[in-house]
Amino acid sequence: MKTLSIVALTAVLALFGGEKTVMAQSPKDSEIIVFAAASLTEAFQSIAQDFKAAHPKANIQFNFGGSQQLVQQIAHGANVDVFASANAKQMDAAVTSGGIDSASVRQFARNHLVVIVPAENAAQISSLADLANGLAKIVLADKSVPVGQYALEVLDRCEKSGKFPSGYKENVLQSVVSYEENVKAVLGKVVLGEADAGIVYTSDISRDSTHKIRQIPIPDSLNVVAEYPIGISRKASRFSKEFVEYLCSSKGQATLKQFGFSTVGK
Amino acid sequence: MAEPQASKNTRESRLLVAASLPMLLFLFLPCLALIVRVAPSSILGNLANTQVGEAILLSGTTTSISLLLTIVAGTPVAYLLARRRFPGRAILDTLIDLPIVLPPSVAGIALLMAFGRRGLLGDVLGSLGISIPFTQAAVILAQLFVSSPLYIKAAQAGFASVDREYEQAAAIDGASRWKIFRVVTVPLSLYALAGGAVMAWARALGEFGATIIFAGNFPGRTQTMPLAIYIGFEIDLNIALTLALILLVVSFIVLAVVKGFLRRRLVIV
Repeated sequence: MKTLSIVALTAVLALFGGEKTVMAQSPKDSEIIVFAAASLTEAFQSIAQDFKAAHPKANIQFNFGGSQQLVQQIAHGANVDVFASANAKQMDAAVTSGGIDSASVRQFARNHLVVIVPAENAAQISSLADLANGLAKIVLADKSVPVGQYALEVLDRCEKSGKFPSGYKENVLQSVVSYEENVKAVLGKVVLGEADAGIVYTSDISRDSTHKIRQIPIPDSLNVVAEYPIGISRKASRFSKEFVEYLCSSKGQATLKQFGFSTVGK
Repeated sequence: MAEPQASKNTRESRLLVAASLPMLLFLFLPCLALIVRVAPSSILGNLANTQVGEAILLSGTTTSISLLLTIVAGTPVAYLLARRRFPGRAILDTLIDLPIVLPPSVAGIALLMAFGRRGLLGDVLGSLGISIPFTQAAVILAQLFVSSPLYIKAAQAGFASVDREYEQAAAIDGASRWKIFRVVTVPLSLYALAGGAVMAWARALGEFGATIIFAGNFPGRTQTMPLAIYIGFEIDLNIALTLALILLVVSFIVLAVVKGFLRRRLVIV
């Protein structure tokens, strides 16, 4: 039943997505239709403004949504020039079924899990190991939310790395006081200082909350890193390539960084 | 003359039924759909699931406690509003309505601002070694906040509608105020009191938004049935449906029993 309703929902979405692009079909070279993962919303809107300043004629149209949803729309024939996905799997699907040029696909951003603590840090957490000190009230996203699942995976990796005392994961989970229903709620509880620590994606941290929290990085070897690929349609408009170039340029990457993404180092 | 009147009545009744049907269907269909969807075998299977059992137990204990607190602390408020005239009474009366109309999520944030670690009372509570968020106490406070006004309002109306002559007669007979309250006022407003209590309890049982914000979600500690239904909906629809059905059936039975009980009592009174 659940899958059925999801299928129905995507069908409806695909229908509307298709309709929108039919309207946009008038062949304008200046138009760029960008399908992008929801987590990119703020960063891409900011980048689009900068790009338009440099290319006044460019007309960028966004369609933000869950990567999986966007692929469904693309596969159902939605008109798309640029597709930015939150993971490689959905990009592969867009290449096989949606006319994204495989040669154009490249990584442009990364998203890392990070431990956050309130600015005043009453539980004195300054490292991953401190999460197990038994003093902290920790909030995680519920395991039904991807980031909640990933947070558990990080704890698993810590445990297996042998760098932490045995029983590390168990000790941390002992201190968990709540499994929140979404990642913004995890952030909220830490920003309010009600929780002593939480685990979120760096891009989840909104700009006005950065000074209310401290971030404790998780080393790459223990982290669950999301790689964001971007690809261009084989029928893409003139400006599309330039837009992607801009995104990968130092300016575009700087903006992504501002919004909490890590850039793709050489 | 009598016959046309009777047939007119039947016609009116039919019209009335026809006009009521859309609303009745709309209200019952979702409940029916829930019942139809859940396989009896899966109910038994899910009941064995510890998370389901914990959620039911937690909802039972927290709503019992919040109902008790509602009655103990809410009855004086209702009596005060019904029987005393004082400056600011109208404002107080309106303020008590506020939690009823507030979106539950706002109620949850407000509770955090008041009783959270960094809330208004955070320092005082902290110095006493008390931390409320993420505890069962937080679940109970969230329920109390959103549900007690329903009881207070009903009780207030009940107290206000009691014929004062009975109380005066008891007073002439030498009964103390407390005795008058117990043997005259409460029995005469019993329907309103019990009705308000049931509504408050039902509201507490269904409480979700304030709870998840103020108390968080932790199985066995703060995950009440509505939270388990919401979280379970994303992982295992069957668990969510089982809990939803139990919630529905329990609510129905309690409402039916209380209404039946009151009807009998009222006939005696």
